[in-house]
Parts: sequence; C-alpha cells; structure tokens
Amino acid sequence: MTLLFGRRMFREPLPPGTGDAPAGRSLWHDARARFVRNRAAVASLVVLLLVTLFALFGDFVAAWSNEEIDWSMLGSVAENGAPSLANGHWFGVDELGRDLFARTVQGTRISLMVGIVGALISVVVGTLYGATAGYFGGRLDGVMMRVVDVLMAIPYMFVLILFMVVFGRSILMLFIGIGLVSWLDMARIARGQTLNIKHREFVEAAVAIGVRPRRIILRHIVPNLLGVVIVYATLLVPSMIIYESFISFLGLGVQEPDTSWGALINDGASQMQYGTLWQLLFPLFFFVVTLFSLFFLGDGLRDALDPNDR
Amino acid sequence: MSEPLLRVRDLSVTFPVRGREGWPWARPRPLRAVRDVSFDLAAGESLGIVGESGSGKTTLARALIGTVPAAAGEARWQGEDLLRMPPAARHRHRRDIQMVFQDPLAALDPRMTAGEIIAEPLLVHEPRLARREVRARVAQMMERVGLLPNQVNRYPHEFSGGQCQRINIARALVVRPRLVVCDEPVSALDVSVQAQVINLLGDLGRDLGLALIFIAHDLAVVKHICDRILVFYLGRAMELGAARDVVREPRHPYTRALVAAAPIPDPAIERGRRTAVLEGDLPSPLAPPSGCVFRTRCPIARPSCAAAIPPMQDFGGGHLAACPHTGQAGHGEAPG
Ligand SMILES: Nc1ncnc2c1ncn2[C@@H]1O[C@H](COP(=O)(O)OP(=O)(O)O)[C@@H](O)[C@H]1O
Ligand SMILES: [Mg+2]
Repeated sequence: MTLLFGRRMFREPLPPGTGDAPAGRSLWHDARARFVRNRAAVASLVVLLLVTLFALFGDFVAAWSNEEIDWSMLGSVAENGAPSLANGHWFGVDELGRDLFARTVQGTRISLMVGIVGALISVVVGTLYGATAGYFGGRLDGVMMRVVDVLMAIPYMFVLILFMVVFGRSILMLFIGIGLVSWLDMARIARGQTLNIKHREFVEAAVAIGVRPRRIILRHIVPNLLGVVIVYATLLVPSMIIYESFISFLGLGVQEPDTSWGALINDGASQMQYGTLWQLLFPLFFFVVTLFSLFFLGDGLRDALDPNDR
Repeated sequence: MSEPLLRVRDLSVTFPVRGREGWPWARPRPLRAVRDVSFDLAAGESLGIVGESGSGKTTLARALIGTVPAAAGEARWQGEDLLRMPPAARHRHRRDIQMVFQDPLAALDPRMTAGEIIAEPLLVHEPRLARREVRARVAQMMERVGLLPNQVNRYPHEFSGGQCQRINIARALVVRPRLVVCDEPVSALDVSVQAQVINLLGDLGRDLGLALIFIAHDLAVVKHICDRILVFYLGRAMELGAARDVVREPRHPYTRALVAAAPIPDPAIERGRRTAVLEGDLPSPLAPPSGCVFRTRCPIARPSCAAAIPPMQDFGGGHLAACPHTGQAGHGEAPG
C-alpha cells in the first residue's frame, strides 16, 4: 500500500527541534493484531507457506525429475510403483513410471500460479472497474455493469473451452481465459462497496476540496475497499484452482508434459481400478489441504479486516 | 456598497425523493430543502446560520461548496456566479471556499494520516510545490490549530473528536481560503472542548481575515463569534440581521422562540422577554405549509398567513424579517 500510493511523504525526518513523529497505528496494524489472534487462520497461513515452498523448492529435493521415466517400473507400476523411501519415489510413480513427487511439485506450481494470477487480475481489473462504475454512477455505471452482466451470462466453461480450441491449449491461453472471467464478480463487489463509500463524508470533503475523480478513486475509494477485496480474493484463489482443475480434469486444460492438480487427480482417478490409489491420493491431498487453508485464511481475514460487519 | 465577497440570491436546492413504497415507475417528489435564500457576505465577515435540525442548513452549505446542485438562484463569488461556472473555473474557486464538517471523524479518510489529510488540498491546488515546502506548510498549520508536530503520522481514529476537528480546520485553512463554511463544527464534540474549538475558529477567522459561515442549531454558539445572523426555518430564511439586533430585538416569532430557548445573562433583556416555547415538530419538507412555512407553530398566526409567502421586510439597519404581523403582535420588545 505504502509503496503503491507513495505515502512516504511524512516518513522522512521532520525539521530539527520538532521531535520525532512516531508512525501511527493504521487500520492495517489493528487488523494484523486481530488476525494473529485467530489460530485457525494463522495455521492455514503456515500450511499455505509450506505448500508454496514445496512448489518452489520441491525440485531440488526430488530424487527424480518430472520427465524421467523409471524404466524399471514400466509394466509393473501396480506391484513396484508404490511410495517407497528406498528407490526415491516418495510418492510412488504414475502409470508411465514417472516420479509422482516431481510431478506433484510441477502440478502444484501450475495450480497455484493459476490461482494467484486469476486472483491478481480480478483484484486489479475488477476493483478499478467496479470502483469507477460505482463512483461515477449514472449512465456510465449502467453501461459498465451491463457489460459485466452480459459477460457473466456467457458460461465461463464455454469461453475457456472455446479459447483452448481456437488458440490451442497453452498455459498462456488458460491464464487469459481465466483472467477474462475472474474479474466480473470482483467488479460487482467493488461497485457495491463503492456505492457505500462514496456517500461517506470524507469523500464529500475531497470533492469539496477539488480533488479530481481519478485521485478520489485511487486514494480514497480503493484503499477503503481493499479490506473487502482482499477477503474476496482469498476466496477467489480456490475457485480459480477449481476451474482449472475441472478443465484439466476434462482433459482440456494443461497439456502433457505440463500438469496440474486437476490433471494429476484425473490421471489418478482413471488408474484407481488397478489398485494404484497413491496416484490419486497424493495430488488430492495437496488440493484439499490448500483449498481448506485458503477458506480458513479468507475467514480469518474477513474477521480481521471488517470487524464491524459481524 | 461595493461588490460583496459572496452574494447569494434566491438560492434553492431540490432533492428528488421517492416515496416509501419506492415503486421504480413512481415519479420522484421534489423535496425543497432550501428555498429562495438570499444574503450577502463581505470579506472578513462572519455570518451565523441558525435553524432546527432538518431545516436545510447543511444543504445550503453543500450548495455553496458545490457538492449538491442548486435548482435555482445564484451565488456570486466576487461577481462570478459559482453555480453556472464552467468546471475548470469552478475547480479554481474551490480553493477559496473550504468547509469544516459536522462529524469530524467521518470527514477524515480513515486510511490516511493526519499529515496526508492536511496536505491533500495543497497537492491539489499547488501541485508544483516542493515536498519539503508541503511538509513545512502542513507542520505550520498543525501548530496553528494546536496539534503537535509529532502527531503528523497518526491516523484519525487515534485522535479525540476535538483533535479530529482541528485536523479538519487545518485541512480547510492550509490553502489560505477566503471563506470557510463551518457546518455545526462543535455539535458532535464534548461540551468541554466545544468552547476551545469555537474560540480557535473565531481567532483564526480574525487573524487570517477569513469570511466565516458558521452553522449552528441554536443561537448560543453563534451570537458571540458572528457579525450577522441568518435564521432558517424549513428551508427558508426567516430573519437576517446584525447579531446584536437579532438576539436583542428578534422580529420574527420563530427567532423569538429561539432566543427564548437560549437564556441571556442580562437582566434587562431577560425581563422584557416573553418565554414562548416552541411546540410541535418541524413539518415535512415534502409537504410544507402553504404561505408562511412557520404558521403551523406560530403563536401569532392568523388565517391570512396561509395565503401568501410573506416577503422579507426591512426593519432598518439591514435587519430583515419575513413576518408582516410582528409589529402588531404586541410582544414586549426590549430597547436596543
Ligand atoms: N441527499 C439528500 N436527498 C434527499 N433529501 C435530503 C438530502 N440531504 C438532505 N435532505 C433533506 O433535506 C432536508 C434538510 O436537511 P439538512 O440540510 O441536512 O438539514 P440541517 O443541516 O439543517 O439539519 C431534510 O429534510 C433532509 O431529509
Ligand atoms: Mg446539518
């Protein structure tokens, strides 16, 4: 925040003789104190950090790479491919004899990235779009929100699948497709909040001073929206991950040799009948644990950021 | 007389409001919050505006600072009509007219520090000012309103109500305006700090040669620091005159009721006073009484009051009141 809006103006030393100016306790400080008191939320944050570390550095500890096929396993995956510390396949191997640990690292990376990129696009685009529509109101608001309504009426799956088919299946297309739909809900939420904020007196005071609409939106509306936006964004990350997983589960998302949680779960599920249950359970474990942590985190953030809304 | 700083003529503000049922196709009804208000304000002069809550004082202030549109009339700022100015010119004049709001905490952005809040008008109106200069001006202003320099990085919620109002005052004054509109600046504050804030405003107004419009819901606050007083009832001006005349020789029955409600520590005046206590509530501004809007609560109302809106009558020395019957009412009037 501080860096984004250049609020450092008064952080520099004051003229001599005026003593020093201690930093104030912003509303963010208070929110942090409330958040830290929520055990479930803090535990979730730790779990998410661990999952992120796993995605970032799992490659360095893995005994096998995600592309190598362990030829000794081929044809006998069900008998020999189970998780084992001895042969370095800690999570076992997939049906082609590739190391599942390395594959899970790779899948976690892509799934987290989809979630984070989707949420970021929705935060930036959705918040600015919604705040602009809400602040100006009137006809501009009407037009902008009808655009959102129309885009929402198009089934997102259809859009994504169309994208994949027309432009070829690539991660970039996946991101663009998810980015295109993810901001719609956020725009509505930001607009609703803006309608409340713009009638508060400090906004009127800014108008009276002569602050231009652009600065009012960026300096007064958006910072006061941010609590709600952050909470909603943490709840959006899981839904982005689920979208992607669902598409990959349908076989339309990421393409081999890339993978994601959805793709891994799909592969695991299709092999279940052969008794290689670990192929399903390891990716599923990461998927479920991450989603739960995100939900708890969102809850904790909501309690911390909007204490009066409850 | 030369052109006053601000000349307001027949200013009206109307809000379209929907009925309680709120059918989307129902025609909104006009709520005339301010009607045909006229007054002049000279440079350096202070005008008190007094009226019950809901009488349209805040709306009048908002029309003057340009946050609600006026339906009719004009507000000439040194001859130029503020209400019909092109946006660029209006923006330049926003610097000259600043406002201090009623709820001091609500008027401050909770995500900004005191320093950022006070600096904002400077950044808007003097964008080329060096940062060092901005900091110096902010520090100087904070000192002037009685805030400590080391409070510059504190957030509004860390201040008391009185200190928040000081931040509001500093923000209003930092760009050196010519007129400051104070909308009930102390009614949300503890009684113990009200006097400090009023005195601060009075001192600043005098020292900086500011014109002040000081809004209050009773006479007690304004009669000390204002040169003239405008009495407001249901969106209309009832009486206008020098503070001394209005308080000592109220002409309008409504002003008399207001004076009666505020005890005056002067036996000579106390004796001559009739203690008329106002009964009933303010009528709805959606359906104001015909003719004189005050007639439904007026002790000297007569049938003719419903017929026509009484015009302002001059009682000499710029003392105006909108009541044709006040002279014949036979109320004891203290010698002026
Ligand atoms: N934005 C608005 N929309 C509709 N009605 C309003 C609005 N603002 C004020 N009013 C109405 O205008 C009248 C005058 O209000 P106000 O100016 O706030 O009075 P005061 O400041 O004297 O208490 C009230 O009846 C109020 O309900
Ligand atoms: Mg008011």
